[in-house]
Amino acid sequence: MRYYLRKLITLIITLFAVSLLAFLAFQIVPGDAASRILGTEATPETLAALRHQMGLDRPMLVQYGDWLHSFLFGGMGDSYSYSMSVKALLGPKVHITFTLTLMSFLMIVLISIPLGIWQGKHAGEAPDVAAGVIGQIFMSVPSFFLGIVFTLVFGIGLKLFTQGQFINFDQSPSGFFGYLFFPALAIALPKAAQTAKLLRASVVRELQQDYVRTARSRGRRFSSVLVRHVLRNAMIPVVTFLAMMIPEIVTGSIIVEQVFSIPGVGRLLLSSILSSDYPVVLAIVVMLAFLVVFMNFLADVLYQRIDPRIKVR
Amino acid sequence: MHRKMRNLILALLLLAMALSLAACGNKAKEVETPQQTRADTNEINVGIPQDLEDSLDPHVTTAAGTREVLFNMFEGLMKADPEGNIIPAVAEKCDVSDDAKVYTFTLREGVAFHNGQTVTVDDVVYSISRCAGMLDDGVYTAASTLKGIVSVEAPDDRTVVITLSEGNTEFLASLVTTYAAIIPADYTDQAANPVGTGPFKFASRSPQENFVIERFDDYWGTPAKLNKVTYLVTAMDTAVMSMKSGVIDVFAHLTADMAKSVEDQFTIEKDTAKLVQALYLNNAVEPFNDVRVRQALCYAVDVDQIIDLVVDGNGVRVGSSMFPAFAKYFDESLSTYYTQDLEKAKELLTEAGYPDGFSMTITVPSNYPQHVQTGEVIAEQLKAVGITASIEQVDWNQTWLTEVYANRNFQSTVVGFDTSTLTARGMLERWTSDHGKNMINFNNAEYDALFAQAIACTDDAEQTALYKQMERILTEEAANVYIQDIYNMVAVNPGLEGLTFYPMYVLDVASIGWKA
Repeated sequence: MRYYLRKLITLIITLFAVSLLAFLAFQIVPGDAASRILGTEATPETLAALRHQMGLDRPMLVQYGDWLHSFLFGGMGDSYSYSMSVKALLGPKVHITFTLTLMSFLMIVLISIPLGIWQGKHAGEAPDVAAGVIGQIFMSVPSFFLGIVFTLVFGIGLKLFTQGQFINFDQSPSGFFGYLFFPALAIALPKAAQTAKLLRASVVRELQQDYVRTARSRGRRFSSVLVRHVLRNAMIPVVTFLAMMIPEIVTGSIIVEQVFSIPGVGRLLLSSILSSDYPVVLAIVVMLAFLVVFMNFLADVLYQRIDPRIKVR
Repeated sequence: MHRKMRNLILALLLLAMALSLAACGNKAKEVETPQQTRADTNEINVGIPQDLEDSLDPHVTTAAGTREVLFNMFEGLMKADPEGNIIPAVAEKCDVSDDAKVYTFTLREGVAFHNGQTVTVDDVVYSISRCAGMLDDGVYTAASTLKGIVSVEAPDDRTVVITLSEGNTEFLASLVTTYAAIIPADYTDQAANPVGTGPFKFASRSPQENFVIERFDDYWGTPAKLNKVTYLVTAMDTAVMSMKSGVIDVFAHLTADMAKSVEDQFTIEKDTAKLVQALYLNNAVEPFNDVRVRQALCYAVDVDQIIDLVVDGNGVRVGSSMFPAFAKYFDESLSTYYTQDLEKAKELLTEAGYPDGFSMTITVPSNYPQHVQTGEVIAEQLKAVGITASIEQVDWNQTWLTEVYANRNFQSTVVGFDTSTLTARGMLERWTSDHGKNMINFNNAEYDALFAQAIACTDDAEQTALYKQMERILTEEAANVYIQDIYNMVAVNPGLEGLTFYPMYVLDVASIGWKA
């Protein structure tokens, strides 16, 4: 119980600190929403008038306090760029990015776990070496580059999807998942290669343990030993790795969304930073920070489930 | 645990299958070409490099990209035809008093708003008062083009009289833009659900994704040909791919490179962009406070080479703050006032006390590849006279608009200036010495005096001559290193027809239609 309480307090402090830092970052960079709205029509007088109207001329901490209040009680405040609440703006974007993240995550799991086990079991054999080399290549290719390659090959070449024509879930659920398939794959492959490598090493290490020989000498089948005993131990580092990977997938999607023209959180974050729309940026940054802390916590809990010897305190 | 794990794996496998099936289902559907379906439903997709991020309220928004879209939804009392003539729109006719102080408009009958209401004189009085900043409704409006209105009155239910404090022969031109759009009185939701009188009405939007407008069937004038236009927000980096995949039918403001890579699939239409690209010099800082240094720069730069290298020949030389499409005010002789002459440049530099040249910084907005590349070519050319120019790429909003434009904290910068109104004043007024937008700190008493004369002048020929004199001063004083008006290249689906260019930064989608 105390553990959960402590985690909760950590969460609150982290989110507060992150949002304050992000807010201060906006105070340091030149330019604000008013200067962007006026553009080249700006004169010193009109700028001052608009800043005053938008409340941008108030002291920094007052503005932050105002933001905090509306974030907590008023649907996360209003966007400067779009005449709508941040909540209404973010809602549909979060669904898209969430789906993209989930799809990539499933792909990572589905590719890396069978591959890692198989490689571990056949460590040192020719196919394992080959898989290792291919994995190494995927690991070193950034996902945005894979995205560009996929667009050229599968989008423009093979016409498996139409680059730029994002399809909403409401229009066609199959079209929606279909469009997200390649972006998800572009994010997943480098990460799947990393995970498989980690799992392989972990399986190889466990297979050399005494308990494997003991189990085998008692007449257990190798596959049974592998699944029942080896995997359980081998998975511990992998589970942490996977849990910590989710925030990484989300941040990775920021760039991949650009490549595939997906109107998700990433694209919104990028455009909001450029247009100094800080209520939107802060909301997204806080969400990402929440995700990191929460996944950390989840990894702790999962440890305990897999290996009851580990106790979280 | 064992069984649980197996169940989990099974569930994951099922999901994966479902996903790949979904991918296949999508594949089957995309075989028919997307363009064909859009021709059937009589709609098009227009790619825009940035979303409409400021406001949908026509009186508030200033971004050129936003006004380009809103142009199709809003009209003023007057509007411009493709030749740049000012013709009646919501007003049926306009009578101007001899001193150009009193403008009397007669309203066109039966003009409807998108919400079904009919335009009344109250709406007009409200709209003009609002965009001129005369209402105290707490809405900030981009009023700069509508200065000097004393009163807006409606003597009867078809007439509106606008009285100005000073005579202004160019006043009608400032009613043409979306800044002076006619909107319903006391309608408070313009920023989110815009309502105007144009040939298209707002349908829906999804931020960072699309902006959809539909034909307004009760439009008073020639109805739009298309049922629906979807603006797709497409980042410049991915625009070529989206064009190649067939999602986009029209994309304006292409760079020369982009145009080249899509020319096998698209018709490339071009017209000058009506802007003046120049190396704008801060006349108040050293060494550019010395006219000889500014002139030396003009002699050191080879404009034709820039036009060749940067825009592949798709540009027209300019020599002052006026673009060629404004034929009435454009003085062609100024375009070649300075031609590259390295000896003369060195002489002038020596006279000014810089025999070995100097170091300077060219600040360029990184989101405009043409300006960045122009800066790079200039830096290379300046080496020949011993000037070392370093390029500083900056973000548009956070640094350029604030530091360079508003704070005037820069040495030199490459950008293009256009005008939101169809007037010479729109191009030339900003360089008067005490003007808020005089970014380059140009300070010339003769120029200021000529401007005062020009705006007070009610004789058209005389006024034109005065404006031309102002242009000549800008050239002779080498206020900036003037370069070119860049061609606006538009990629158009070959199945479409009717793209019309205007002397303003707009894209008229009402004239576009699918070929029969």
